[in-house]
Amino acid sequence: MAAASAGDTPFRRIVADFVANPVAIFGLALLGIVLFLALFAPLISPQNPYDLAQLDVMDSRLPPGSPSPNGGTFWLGTDDQGRDMLSAIFYGLRISLGVGIASTVLALAIGLAMGLTAAYVGGRVENLIMRIVDIQLSFPAILIALILIAVLGQGTGKVIAALVTVQWAYYARTVRSAALVEKRKEYIEAAHCLALSPSRIVFRHLLPNCLPPMIVVATVQVAAAIALEATLSFLGLGLPITEPSLGLLIANGYQYLLSGKYWISFFPGIALLCTIVSINLVADQLRDVLNPRLQK
Amino acid sequence: MLVFIIRRSLQSIVVLLVMSVLVFVGVYAIGNPIDILISPQADQIDRERAIAALGLDKPLWAQYWSFLRGVAQGDLGRSFVHSTSALKLILERMPATMELALTAMLIAIVIGIPLGLWAGLRPNGVAGRSIMAGSILGFSLPTFWVGLMLIMVFSVMLGWLPSNGRGETTLLLGIPVSFLTVDGLKHLVMPATNLALFNVALLIRLTRAGAHEALLQDYVKFARAKGLPNRRVIGVHVLRNILIPIVTVIGLQFGFLIGFAIVTESVFAWPGMGKLLIDSIGVLDRPVIVAYLLVIVTIVIVINLLVDVLYSALDPRIRLTEAKG
Repeated sequence: MAAASAGDTPFRRIVADFVANPVAIFGLALLGIVLFLALFAPLISPQNPYDLAQLDVMDSRLPPGSPSPNGGTFWLGTDDQGRDMLSAIFYGLRISLGVGIASTVLALAIGLAMGLTAAYVGGRVENLIMRIVDIQLSFPAILIALILIAVLGQGTGKVIAALVTVQWAYYARTVRSAALVEKRKEYIEAAHCLALSPSRIVFRHLLPNCLPPMIVVATVQVAAAIALEATLSFLGLGLPITEPSLGLLIANGYQYLLSGKYWISFFPGIALLCTIVSINLVADQLRDVLNPRLQK
Repeated sequence: MLVFIIRRSLQSIVVLLVMSVLVFVGVYAIGNPIDILISPQADQIDRERAIAALGLDKPLWAQYWSFLRGVAQGDLGRSFVHSTSALKLILERMPATMELALTAMLIAIVIGIPLGLWAGLRPNGVAGRSIMAGSILGFSLPTFWVGLMLIMVFSVMLGWLPSNGRGETTLLLGIPVSFLTVDGLKHLVMPATNLALFNVALLIRLTRAGAHEALLQDYVKFARAKGLPNRRVIGVHVLRNILIPIVTVIGLQFGFLIGFAIVTESVFAWPGMGKLLIDSIGVLDRPVIVAYLLVIVTIVIVINLLVDVLYSALDPRIRLTEAKG
């Protein structure tokens, strides 16, 4: 946003910087594959894992590479309900990514609003908001999320609500510190002199200039949200069992792990790992590219 | 200093009170424990007697008031399920969690700081780059899945280590510990490594960044110019200066380790507080949930206070009275 409105050059420079690191390219490519699989899961999956009519208990817990009854192959084996693991992983990716992205966008909106308010208004409002942020961030995220889930009950909406509650404070803190720096710059002073309305100054002048660090934090937090959702689901306090996310798939395989049937937990974990690693690699490079201190 | 500690303690009490209200109201809004605790065949009179015995017939504020009165006397309520003091239940489980968290922190320090130092001193070498790539992996690996994979490899495939429980414990100052027996150590090593993973990655990154920055400082150039051996420059001049943020993070992360132990304890069936919490959420044992949270909040607050005090002891430039606390 900020880069595009200032002409094409900064944007091009950021792209060029990003592409310069082969590890980042690898991360981006991996992320592209993950997103593709998640988006087109219904088209590329050999089986619809939610359609109970397609499942046969006779096929349950088959090892990877077993032939399937309709002439295909269970490349990654089947779970205890006879579900093709490959299809279940594609659909699980969809749910994990969906929940992660939805909660990040919501938390970003709330965090931006609170952080900008704190920085722009200052005084008691700022003190109150930042004190809440400090207190919240001093507790482990998993604990806050667990308690919220225990209180709210289970369900997709409630998991997203818990993830948003856990995350908003990171954004509020980041955007506030960025906004405090920007607020003292001349262009904001100029906007004040032009008697622009406070909302216009905050949203059109202050906000776009605070975005670069927010993009980095948001990318990291998508990965964190996905990991946290998987953990909650693994503990049996996350998403409903009817549409399993990756965490729930891993949890389902837990009891069979001890008897050597590794694939039910192993492959969903690899998918989860690829997702989180690719996002973190991209975020790592974004941090370097968008960091004004490292620019010439 | 004293003023700072007193003010922080007062603030902590306010935070504790606010948290207790939030948690109490929140936890008491979930489900109806009576449905789980009493068999469906019980008649109306039995039900009412049980409700009255657990104090669930009183309005919420009255329940909170009697809870607060209990807290003032060191009583955090009685577990619905175990019919013993909730605090006692938690304190019984605490040594297991503490042992796990302390061991994990020790592993993180012993592995993370040297690797981070190595990567910071040779940022462009193959080893340095591999260490950094490894640390991204450490951040990204979901703890619970790594736990499962450790069990798969070391318990199922190799059969070297047991997959659950604490093993044989011995009493140390009246507290049961695992690390003094071979069997206990075997049980401890996998969960502790699992819990340490994230902090190993964190300490690597922190140490590397600190060392990287410190090497460019004038005092390091001066120490080199004096002809001090490399070992002394790194071990004394660099390490001491980067130790301050590291000690802070180690302190703050300890609270997080106790929180995250919930996951590791569930995977390895380690009989600690976190396992107790998950079990209690499952059966809606409200007093135990509330008591657990208050204990954890207290631990986190005390750790934060200790870290702040330690911080000023390590770096005399920091004056606590100036901190807004």
